Amino acid sequence: MHAIVCIKQVPDTTDVKVNPETGTLIREGVPSIVNPFDTYAIEEALRLREKFGGKVTVISMGPPQAKEALKEAIAMGADEAILLSDRAFAGSDTWATAYTLANAIRKIGDFDIILCGKQAIDGDTGQVGPGIARQLDIEQLTYVFKIQEIDFQAKRVRVERLLEEGREVVETRLPALLTVVKDINQPRYPTIMGIRRATRTEIPVWTAVDLPDAKPDLLGLKGSPTQVVRVFNPPPRSGQIVMIEGESPQEQAAKLADLLLKEKVI
Amino acid sequence: MDFTLSEEHLMVQKMVREFAEREIAPTVKENDRKHTFDRSILPKMAAQGILGICIPVRYGGAGMDYISLGLTCEELERVDTSARVIMSVHVGLNSLGLLQWGTEEQKQKYLVPQAMGQKIATYGLTEPAAGSDVLGIQSTARREGDHWILNGEKMWISLADVADHFLIFAWTDMEKKRVRDHTGMSAFIVERGWPGLETGTIHGKLGVRAGNTGFISMTDVPVPAENMLGLEGEGFRIAMSCLDNGRYTVAAGATGLIRACLEASVKYANERQTFGVPIGQHQLVQQMIANMVLKYETARLLYLRAGWLKNQGIRNTRETGLAKWFATQSSFESADDAVEIHGAYGYSDEYDVERYLRNSKGAVIYEGSKEIQQLMQAQYALGYRTDKPLRCELPAYDPEEWQREA
Repeated sequence: MHAIVCIKQVPDTTDVKVNPETGTLIREGVPSIVNPFDTYAIEEALRLREKFGGKVTVISMGPPQAKEALKEAIAMGADEAILLSDRAFAGSDTWATAYTLANAIRKIGDFDIILCGKQAIDGDTGQVGPGIARQLDIEQLTYVFKIQEIDFQAKRVRVERLLEEGREVVETRLPALLTVVKDINQPRYPTIMGIRRATRTEIPVWTAVDLPDAKPDLLGLKGSPTQVVRVFNPPPRSGQIVMIEGESPQEQAAKLADLLLKEKVI
Repeated sequence: MDFTLSEEHLMVQKMVREFAEREIAPTVKENDRKHTFDRSILPKMAAQGILGICIPVRYGGAGMDYISLGLTCEELERVDTSARVIMSVHVGLNSLGLLQWGTEEQKQKYLVPQAMGQKIATYGLTEPAAGSDVLGIQSTARREGDHWILNGEKMWISLADVADHFLIFAWTDMEKKRVRDHTGMSAFIVERGWPGLETGTIHGKLGVRAGNTGFISMTDVPVPAENMLGLEGEGFRIAMSCLDNGRYTVAAGATGLIRACLEASVKYANERQTFGVPIGQHQLVQQMIANMVLKYETARLLYLRAGWLKNQGIRNTRETGLAKWFATQSSFESADDAVEIHGAYGYSDEYDVERYLRNSKGAVIYEGSKEIQQLMQAQYALGYRTDKPLRCELPAYDPEEWQREA
């Protein structure tokens, strides 16, 4: 079994500040972490390896410092890691990112399953995972809540997807790309033994030269069909505070329920 | 001179921080209220490699350095003192003592399972009538054939009711006991379950109520001769050298407690309003916050220097003692200030700071009280005290040596 996990290094905050001049995220002074959703993907891959044996490879595209995120994945137990880093990749939108990652995955070659987090907490698009699946022309199963059955011999997988109003059980053939939601598992901590291995592992860096099949004009900003015209923080919601008076908590609760019903909140 | 932590240090620090926040923080208040030691934390710490963090890989450890041990203690005690106490007795006072003084057979038999966290270890020096007065201990060991027969009572022993292995100090020369000549004392590795050995838990402690503290009672406990640690008559030196490591973990832990006080106080000072402003705007509150910052940074530098000296293999009794004295006394004062900043709420266990205050006091007393630490520092300064080389020194940290498999 060979699982490939795609991860992203993101700022450790949900309160992302945007530079109003350039419309880009301000990363200075904000510590970086592995995108939390991706940690569930790493954990799921490690569990598959524990059950079926094989190998887990983690890849990321980003600046050189994204090595930290890959090292964390190795500290958790991943076998190998590859960083895609090149000025030629800079400015990629979700299409160009998926294109680049898909090219790297083709170069890695044999794999049985690809796992991604459902989205990154900075960009929040949720498009790169599905994009990779389309580029590789393999099946995609998004928002996976549980892998019900997986058979690498018969090349079948059945999963439970977490949808807005319920769950859906779907089955498809392998290899497939799964994006996972947070309830799928509880990611493990790195162990000290894992940390030792991670700090001693040299992570290979692939540049555009290492992806000869990738067309240069489809990489980075040039290869990105999306133009970000403007990024802005929406104005904070304003509201009023109403204190609900009453003789007893029961009476206050009843009044609150009436108000919420009236406002069609419940 | 280099003040940067390595990539490895930072990863260990982050892992232990997350571990403590996720596995310990949610239950600490309840365990403290109920006076319950939660044993389930031990296998979790073992799985992470924490219980053998700075022990070489070939002895079952994780092969990290002594700085990593300090960082781990700081992160653990930031969340819960009783979790750090585990490190102090299991790693600091016992396992590092075996690493320093043990024979290869003793290391294989006792250090390996301890470093892997399969067995838990503690240290028995203090007695009902002898704490600072180490030569006043009454425990004895008499030779009978290929065994030593131990008798005596140990008191205030952390993990007394939890540990599998005990490092016990007792007089083996009765004449030297009478004239208080320390070369009459020896050290023994004792296992739970041996006849005549009983343990119990002490109740009614001011703090560390989520920890286990107790007594060890020995009545004619037969200890195989090969379980003597070091040579006959070396017990006192071994006890003191173990304290160089125990005190280091206490210093690092107390530093974490100061940080906990600082973090709680800053948060509260920004939230709580009086006289129409957040209380952080009041200068006397600012003074208390500033003092915590000073104490935290100073304690941290002192313990990290001690850790660096250990890594280098340089004797550090003086530096470790200074770090222990300063950090523990500062954690007590910082916790006192933290309660003050929290006002009446700080007096209630709704907030954590009252627990910090209760938990801080023990470490001011144990492993060399602040009075003992002051005497030692004065004696070093006055030239009354120097450290003589030991037959076995704590080995300097060598990453290759620590991480080779066999």
